[in-house]
Amino acid sequence: MDHWGNAVAESFVKGMKCRVCGKSYPVSPNNFCTDDFGPLEMDYDYESIREAISRSKIEMRTWNMWRYREFLPLDHEPTVGLHSGGTPLIKATRLGKALGFDDLYLKNDAVNFPTLSFKDRVVAVALSKAKEFGLKTVGCASTGNLANSVAANAAAAGLESYIFVPADLEKAKILGTSIFGAKVYGVHGTYDEVNRLCTQVAFKFGWGFVNINLRPFYAEGSKSMGFEIAEQLGWQTPDQVVSPMAGGALIGKVHKAFQEAYKCGLLNQVPKTRFYGAQATGCNPITDAVKTNRDQHKPVKKPNTICKSLAIGDPADGFFAAKLIRDSGGWGEDVSDEEIREGMIELAEYEGVFAETAGGTTVAVARNLLQQGKLSPHGKTVLLITGNGLKTQEAIMNNIEPPTHIAATLDAFEAVHVQNQEFPSLVKNTNKGNLLGV
Amino acid sequence: MSVRVHIPTPLRPNAGGQAIVEVDANTVGESLARLVEIHPAMGGKLFENGNLRRFVNIYVNDEDIRYLENLETQTKKDDEIAIIPAVAGG
Repeated sequence: MDHWGNAVAESFVKGMKCRVCGKSYPVSPNNFCTDDFGPLEMDYDYESIREAISRSKIEMRTWNMWRYREFLPLDHEPTVGLHSGGTPLIKATRLGKALGFDDLYLKNDAVNFPTLSFKDRVVAVALSKAKEFGLKTVGCASTGNLANSVAANAAAAGLESYIFVPADLEKAKILGTSIFGAKVYGVHGTYDEVNRLCTQVAFKFGWGFVNINLRPFYAEGSKSMGFEIAEQLGWQTPDQVVSPMAGGALIGKVHKAFQEAYKCGLLNQVPKTRFYGAQATGCNPITDAVKTNRDQHKPVKKPNTICKSLAIGDPADGFFAAKLIRDSGGWGEDVSDEEIREGMIELAEYEGVFAETAGGTTVAVARNLLQQGKLSPHGKTVLLITGNGLKTQEAIMNNIEPPTHIAATLDAFEAVHVQNQEFPSLVKNTNKGNLLGV
Repeated sequence: MSVRVHIPTPLRPNAGGQAIVEVDANTVGESLARLVEIHPAMGGKLFENGNLRRFVNIYVNDEDIRYLENLETQTKKDDEIAIIPAVAGG
């Protein structure tokens, strides 16, 4: 029996395989092929998974990401991040109406546990695997959400953690890392420079960097978001998914989850989901590659956007994300910082969801692609909301109407209230006016 | 001019086990060509049809050569060239 009293499953991992040349590797903390530098990916025995699981078995399990554990690359039961995943899929009727979608949903990882972003899923897998490998020290290169999650989960697991972030990150993301006792390094440079430094540190010190030498395990955690969406839609896949893109791995892993669910008998119909990628115009290497029909993205040396969580100028999965978007019949688009803020406010005002800047980006791109006719207004459309707005308050602070200050008297309230009732549009317009900079 | 090429740990068996190989060269391209002359096993790892492979990044003194002049980037004495796998992060 595992932590929740579920029957314990066996491992279905055959090994690791290069995504470029297909060369097989034994399971180890390594992320690239020594023949061609291609990324290593987990290789599973799908026949055995198919025999081992069923919808009804999964439905009996606890509602968190580990109900799909046969598809996750651990040899033993998970030991870190036991309560991650299992986030709501919200039917977003009001936002759908405002944007023009018939059947819109939000997969809300802004309320993931323990650190309010989809990174809790990937870290749960990476650190469980780090413990299987016997690693005592872990780390990451991060734009913030990953930093929070590695620090929190490492603290709970009793692992030492070294976290490297760009020095100009949002304060809440730094504080939300340091609080867990992690050793935090604010690096003077872009995320890509932080990432290069971490690769060098990982080689030299032999630590388990979740998104470097543990990346093949780590990235698989994102699949749980895809399995959950399919199950929450009644074991169906949506017609369209809009995903924010930073490193570009999430969009591919949600696609992979749908394919695996079908392959292993959890879905009746072949998934035909079209995938749409969202970025900020100030850092748009992947959407640019899609729009200019380029195989390989052109790296962005100095990202410049309020959406820091997506500010990766040289995304590791850029090539694969652009290819998936094209092959699935989807598209990519990027939006301005003002559109991102507007998206955050729409998500909050229509659905009561306070997402971080990446969520605003996803909403704004969905609107834009619908207007372009690239996204269809019909069919099931899921927006991936990956992080929480409380972490990026700086981005939106000046666009939110400050509270009305009044004396503690009924007269004072009524005077202001009557004014607001008579001119409600004034209040609203002021807000939107600021937002659009007019 | 002598520059130092840093070999990532998993590729060192192809470079006689060395962490750093010193070569004489005036550009990044020449430096890597010298490296391959000394350690031919590195050739197929780094290049495909004469081009750098898609998932390898090269840095000169910590600057990505794609933001400089790629393989034409000039090098000077004691420059540090690093070979770094690109499939990290995110």
